Amino acid sequence: MSDERKYRWVGTRPIRHDGVDKVTGRANFGADFSLPGMLHGKVLRSPHAHARIVSIDVAPALALEGVKVAITGADMPDIASEMGTAGEGQVDYAEVSRNVMAREKALYDGHPVAAVAATTSEIAEEALSRIVVEYEVLPHVLTVDEAMAPGAPILHDHLRTAGLDPVPDEPTNVAQRIEIGRGDLAAGFAEADEIVEHEFTTQMVHQGYIEPHAVVARSGEDDQSVVWCCTQGPFTVRAMCAKLLGLDVSKIKVIPSEIGGGFGGKTTVYVEPLAVLLSRKAGRPVKIVMSRQEVFRGSGPASGTRIRVKLGAKADGRLTAAEAWLAYEAGAFKGSPVVAGAMCMFAPYAVENVKIEGYDVVVNKPKVNAYRAPGAPPAAFAAESALDELARKLGMDPVELRLVNAVKEGSQAIYGPKFRAIGMVETLQAAREHPHLKAKLGPNQGRGIATGFWFNAGMQSSASVSLNEDGTATVVSGCPDIGGSRTSLALMAAEELGIDVQKVRPVVADTETIGYNDATGGSRVTFATGMAVIESARDVVRQLRERAASIWGVELEQVEWNDGQALPINGADEGELEPLSIGTLARRAARTGGPISASTSLTARGAGPSFATHICDVEVDPETGVVQVVRYTAIQDAGKAVHPGYVEGQYQGGAAQGIGWALNEEYVYDEKGVLQNPGFLDYRMPVASDLPMIDTVIVEVPNPTHPYGVRGVGETPIIPPLAAVANAVRDATGVRFGDLPMSPPTVLARLDAR
Amino acid sequence: MATVVFSSGLQRYTGGVERVNVDATDVRGLIAALDTRFPGIGQVIGSGMAVAIDGEIIPDAMLEAVPPDGEVHFLPPIGGGAGGDRGRTAQRT
Repeated sequence: MSDERKYRWVGTRPIRHDGVDKVTGRANFGADFSLPGMLHGKVLRSPHAHARIVSIDVAPALALEGVKVAITGADMPDIASEMGTAGEGQVDYAEVSRNVMAREKALYDGHPVAAVAATTSEIAEEALSRIVVEYEVLPHVLTVDEAMAPGAPILHDHLRTAGLDPVPDEPTNVAQRIEIGRGDLAAGFAEADEIVEHEFTTQMVHQGYIEPHAVVARSGEDDQSVVWCCTQGPFTVRAMCAKLLGLDVSKIKVIPSEIGGGFGGKTTVYVEPLAVLLSRKAGRPVKIVMSRQEVFRGSGPASGTRIRVKLGAKADGRLTAAEAWLAYEAGAFKGSPVVAGAMCMFAPYAVENVKIEGYDVVVNKPKVNAYRAPGAPPAAFAAESALDELARKLGMDPVELRLVNAVKEGSQAIYGPKFRAIGMVETLQAAREHPHLKAKLGPNQGRGIATGFWFNAGMQSSASVSLNEDGTATVVSGCPDIGGSRTSLALMAAEELGIDVQKVRPVVADTETIGYNDATGGSRVTFATGMAVIESARDVVRQLRERAASIWGVELEQVEWNDGQALPINGADEGELEPLSIGTLARRAARTGGPISASTSLTARGAGPSFATHICDVEVDPETGVVQVVRYTAIQDAGKAVHPGYVEGQYQGGAAQGIGWALNEEYVYDEKGVLQNPGFLDYRMPVASDLPMIDTVIVEVPNPTHPYGVRGVGETPIIPPLAAVANAVRDATGVRFGDLPMSPPTVLARLDAR
Repeated sequence: MATVVFSSGLQRYTGGVERVNVDATDVRGLIAALDTRFPGIGQVIGSGMAVAIDGEIIPDAMLEAVPPDGEVHFLPPIGGGAGGDRGRTAQRT
């Protein structure tokens, strides 16, 4: 790694290679794909939050002309419990299977219970209405409070609380208890001059990707299946379809389409295995496209939470103790991101005495899935809101309070290890110096700040770089491009090869064309797949130098690669050798050893954490309770911004989603546990007209383990906004909002009660 | 010798001991040595916990080398899904 290095391409802002296709509508997304003879699949979903499935009769549906096949849970193999990778986390394939198709019980409103394939989508829809399902409706639980209460209805009779010693032998909805901490909590609080204690709740929210899940599956007589789908992880889809259907991985090929947003939500499977199974039964291709309503009811949102926080500090602001209790909804199957929430919430600060207790709780709602820094935003909302109250009690500037406690290189993270080079202090200093913090506020306006931390991931990546015969290059990776990674990878190849980035064509390949790749997630692609591209490009450069050495009749050490050409050095430059350009060497490749290409597969190590500080100004309408964000600044450490425009876009997008989480978004259920707002009309996400231009500041503290110093940037920006907005509303109104969302009726009620 | 630091959650398996020095060349050997000293802890830290060696979190670290003066922490797996009935075979709900 060299932070002194001068870059020619890294750090520039070229137009993305896929840009024209995207803005002209030529790009092919999941639902765009069709095949001759294709059937249309539809999924029947439970209308009940919790019900025993007494019987399912698909015969009336199959009797309808045009209906070719129907499946239920009885058609799915009963597979053994086995952990696998999905996105940044682990999943149990047996539970994924039961999530994509219910067996004995339906566990949430929207849980699939049957599926059909017919010649038209209208016939398939009609067929669903003819399937007869007899349910025995059971009492349900929708919140962690309900699920953890004594005598609560139990979702899974076999579930026991892991993390307790001994593990109790009573059925429970609490899948796991975790605890992290160190020091002497009681002594820490005893030492404090000020103590604050608050409780917070957040609601289940959806990633809100604009493109619904879509898949076409084709299965042949040779037992092979091909799957076209929109996904963040084609290799994940392949593994899950294989596991869930009892097939060898080699029997399935997954071809990823362009993707219209994922944010973590497309790192697992929903309709993909059903389409494969239907196509294998029908012997014809089957297409399933989820409706928006199905996406809300039947895909994986983010956890609703209840969190308690207690902080103690000396009069000078130094934190002496931090305690938290977190309970996260996992949805219908275990596996909420409560661990990440617990580890992230105080990570920006050095605290000696800490105890954090977390609970993973199943409820009768959709199984949660990753959503941008999974688990961290609610936890940071609680921690950063409490810190804001502490600053008020201490009479300290909130930035100064954070600077007093900020972690730096060598600080011990609250979850254990020591940080390497990090940029927490630098983002706070950038905030302190930003004009935003000095700007005057108007009537009914307030300002809040908050910080955020995310680990970032490395994981497994494969990539290849091939030199074309005219000296241009092709970069192949297996990571779908959800944030501009194609062009970022091309920039890194261009940097190493010394050619124009527009002469590098970046391609996202299918699962049979490139080696294994973990999913696009964990803010890992530019970091990890980028390392594979850099390594491959350096191998190509080595080969080019070898070819030049061969042509000149000199040693490899006498050839230098500079700005896209081979130059003679170390004595070779004393003769009359002319530089050999990459184009010349490419054209001569056939006569000097054949095609020039390189592939790299690696497990990327050394992902550098990313810290952010956000500043938010709001104006609160005392008549209506509407909160308007009037100014917003997102400051974050990128390590090295490979394409600053995309980095800024990540900061802005994360901030926009976090603002929506803070102000309006929530799953609303009725008393029967049926989702009441499964559409964008009633599930209110921010649109462009709701938001100001979000200013960004890219801080660059290089990650010492990456060749260019890169850190992941995609997830951290969604962490601070929840608290930044809440702290701004507190500043504007004098009211602390501990419950999200701060929607107009909620805000108005609290203001009226002042 | 490497230093192993236990979080408060793991200290109930160590009788409240927060730090120990262990002579091991890799994580597998380190866990075996810890299990000898604190019987039962091997199963807890060896089944699904991530390992941080000198500040770097490593998800699947069994074969990872441990530097002689390294600092080792065991962390809960960051992703969800590892709790509850992990390791059990398919269950009827």
